[in-house]
Amino acid sequence: MSTPTAIEIAAQVRSGSQSATAALESSLSDIAERDRELHSFLHLTEDRARAQAAAVDAVVAAGNDPGPLAGVPIALKDNMCTRGAPTTCSSKMLEGWKPPYDATVVSRLEAAGALVVGKTNLDEFAMGSSTENSAFGPTRNPHDPSRVPGGSSGGSAAAVGAGLVPVSLGSDTGGSIRQPASLCGVVGVKPTYGAVSRYGLIAFASSLDQIGPFATTVGDAALVLDAISGHDPLDATSIPAAIPTVSSALTNGVAGKRIGIIDELMGEGIDEDVLRQTELAAEAFRSAGATVERVSIPATIYGLAAYYLIAPAEASSNLARYDGVRYGARVDGGNVEAMNIATRTAGFGDEVKRRIMLGTYALSSGYYDAYYGKAQRVRSLIAAEFATAYEQFDLLLSPTSPSTAFELGAKSDPMALYMCDVCTIPSNLVGHPAMSVPFGSGDDGLPIGVQILAPMLHEPAMFAAAAVLEAAQKGSS
Amino acid sequence: MSELSDGWEMVIGLEVHVELATKSKLFCGCSNSFGDQPNTNVCPTCLGLPGSLPVVNAQAVQYAMTLGRAIGCTVSPSVFARKNYFYPDMPKDYQTTQYDQPTNEDGSLELPDGTVIGIERAHIEEDTGKSTHLGGGGRIHDATATLVDYNRAGVPLVEVVTRPELTSADEARAYVAELRDILIATGVSDARMEEGSMRVDANVSVRPTGDAELRTRCEIKNINSLRSLGRAINYEARRHVALYEAGEAPSQETRHWDEDGGRSTSGRSKEDADDYRYFACPDLPPLAPTPAELAAIDEAMPVLPGRRRSALASAAGVSMAETSLAVERGLDTFALDAIAAGGQGISVMKHVDQNLADGVGVMTAESFAALVALEADGALSATQVKTVLYEMVASGGQPADIAASMGFEAMDNSELESLLDQLIADNPDEWARFAEGDSKVQGFFVGQIMKATQGKADGKIVNQLMSAKAKA
Ligand SMILES: [Zn+2]
Repeated sequence: MSTPTAIEIAAQVRSGSQSATAALESSLSDIAERDRELHSFLHLTEDRARAQAAAVDAVVAAGNDPGPLAGVPIALKDNMCTRGAPTTCSSKMLEGWKPPYDATVVSRLEAAGALVVGKTNLDEFAMGSSTENSAFGPTRNPHDPSRVPGGSSGGSAAAVGAGLVPVSLGSDTGGSIRQPASLCGVVGVKPTYGAVSRYGLIAFASSLDQIGPFATTVGDAALVLDAISGHDPLDATSIPAAIPTVSSALTNGVAGKRIGIIDELMGEGIDEDVLRQTELAAEAFRSAGATVERVSIPATIYGLAAYYLIAPAEASSNLARYDGVRYGARVDGGNVEAMNIATRTAGFGDEVKRRIMLGTYALSSGYYDAYYGKAQRVRSLIAAEFATAYEQFDLLLSPTSPSTAFELGAKSDPMALYMCDVCTIPSNLVGHPAMSVPFGSGDDGLPIGVQILAPMLHEPAMFAAAAVLEAAQKGSS
Repeated sequence: MSELSDGWEMVIGLEVHVELATKSKLFCGCSNSFGDQPNTNVCPTCLGLPGSLPVVNAQAVQYAMTLGRAIGCTVSPSVFARKNYFYPDMPKDYQTTQYDQPTNEDGSLELPDGTVIGIERAHIEEDTGKSTHLGGGGRIHDATATLVDYNRAGVPLVEVVTRPELTSADEARAYVAELRDILIATGVSDARMEEGSMRVDANVSVRPTGDAELRTRCEIKNINSLRSLGRAINYEARRHVALYEAGEAPSQETRHWDEDGGRSTSGRSKEDADDYRYFACPDLPPLAPTPAELAAIDEAMPVLPGRRRSALASAAGVSMAETSLAVERGLDTFALDAIAAGGQGISVMKHVDQNLADGVGVMTAESFAALVALEADGALSATQVKTVLYEMVASGGQPADIAASMGFEAMDNSELESLLDQLIADNPDEWARFAEGDSKVQGFFVGQIMKATQGKADGKIVNQLMSAKAKA
């Protein structure tokens, strides 16, 4: 695809060889032309983007620094608050609601010169793995419109995969950036928990949610991550220390690094072509001077079960506020309680209701210890096993998604969809960074991503390894 | 004194919600002030807007720990928890509070009479907004509309929970008064019950005197003054006794105190109480006070009312209870200084309690001690002492000078005696009646002498002289 990268656009805008306005109009016309079929965007923020582009151009004209993302069009998953612009979480519950404030990531992107062009589709409240659970219709995979883009950040993944924007932001609670990145053939990063502010990210599961970038290249992902990461006093879970930059680490390579392939994610339930590409990625690391061995992290197999108790439990509380009282949907019901019930019955889709009920049950007195309590103990166990693994290895490797993109409607059983996240969930449970890097394609010709995992705040080493795989891909194509 | 019929005793536990005197709310920067226009002190966080996050107010945590140390609690690392239930004045439909790991645990509070009340915990939580239900019966279920003011939503509270150890309405009132004094002394809260910055819920049950078991309790809400607290407890305890004596039993429930009606009315039954599904709030890291922070809190701790009362009681030679008013008025240091300057303890306390309700103005402790000495010597009458005292409060100065400038020189008895002799000579009939025991005419003689001396005479001495002369 001939779409320029974010690094190229920023360089042109910074040097004055292309205006931010021109970069924006090019992106907007691509979206107008090609998004009808994909439906990756829910709403565009053209006015805001045009004003921002004009401002960037004025800064350049004045001879000042317009920022590292100058003139770069970027799309945001529609669960990040944008002042005065719709922010729906793909839910009827928030249809028409316009936040009075910007998420911290939005302010940081604009401070870096980026142009927010629009808000992308997602599974309702980020609950799903296919973007089919959107109240406003599904998004389609840019590589095959009969297939899903993955989810829940499917819109942001598809928009980048289709070249409508060079970069976008998603949120990842159990794999919602990495799995759609894999299915759409793009780079997707879940940073260390607390590296990127969650202020203004509409919560699904607060202890797991993390914002991260999608990009067509590892370098672009690094550029965006560096712009949005760092301590935010508005988020008490934000890490109160300097976050290492990744852009400067891209050429560090993997020579001498010890990389472990997670045994438990290399067997049952993972398609053959995905296993093959993961082994090929291991070969690429070996060729670049790393040692690669199998490592067993037995508790990872309990990750899915723990996740589907913890995430719904937090969600049941986070989503209580959608009660029809202050904002969003309201369905009258005679008295307050009846109004609450009618509003939530009409406003939420089935998957959201399913998870609220699951989480409510898991936290109920008499069940708390058996479900939520035990899930938290599993979480601690997984963290302990990862810590042990990282005594022997610098990085870990696994598939991102068990399969390539599947057909719309193919996974109507919720459990089948939940299995999509088996490889990605452990990183969220332990708060570690992980990213998916495109690495070849499956027997069906669709993209496959492999996942690189790293210890807390070891994003520089993770990005350096991702750059190695990216270079190996270019060499082989 | 028991308010109950023989054979029954009360078991009372109190839950006191205290609004902390911080500038801003518990989890956002909005102003924590009372009485502003509805919904003006609000932001995305305290309105619970999607995407908003809480950041804990360090001042609120410090106040909470200060209160904890003041009431002898163990201050521990603590965790915020979410208490989940739906209510329109609670913006997130959960309350951020503390559950199994509160900031303060296991304290006690000593009442002026020496009784020690055990405190189970004192945890930090956010306040809710305020609902006004229109139409119907004024309750949420039958209201035609509900108006909500979120100014109070997110205001920092500490909930101080006693063990069920209080045994009378008087004790409950004394406990709340003492807690209020500590809150004011430490600056943690302005503790105004009438403005709702201190709210008391009482858990009341009764049992046969001497029994160890706890019987069914009712939680009484909507208590707005110390007076209401006493009335509500006595009403509720008597209601329980009446039920038991009729062969029935109270059911566990929340009840609302109706001050005008002097009774409590049934609220929600606790049997269908919500399951609050408490869990640790994932948006807030645990609080972990460092030894240095705790040491700084102890360092800055003012001398608390209990210690102040005992210091004053031993200096003045009175009981702890008799020092309450002086300590409450903040006049204990002044009283101690006056006693140290030679003022007689009981006299000092008498003036502090009876004549200095509005403070000591510009009067120094030394000049006050000198006044008390003049009074003890009999150099000034009680009326004159009061007059001089008020002048000293208003304008300062030394009591002897003020007394002199007012013409209050003490009169010697010989002068009084000759005045009295003259009066007896002028009024022989009246004197005869007095001598025969008619005390009604005593006032006549005293009045005449006062008139002649322009009030300088000491009435007590005139009386003594008259008695002596009548017997002679
Ligand atoms: Zn606020």
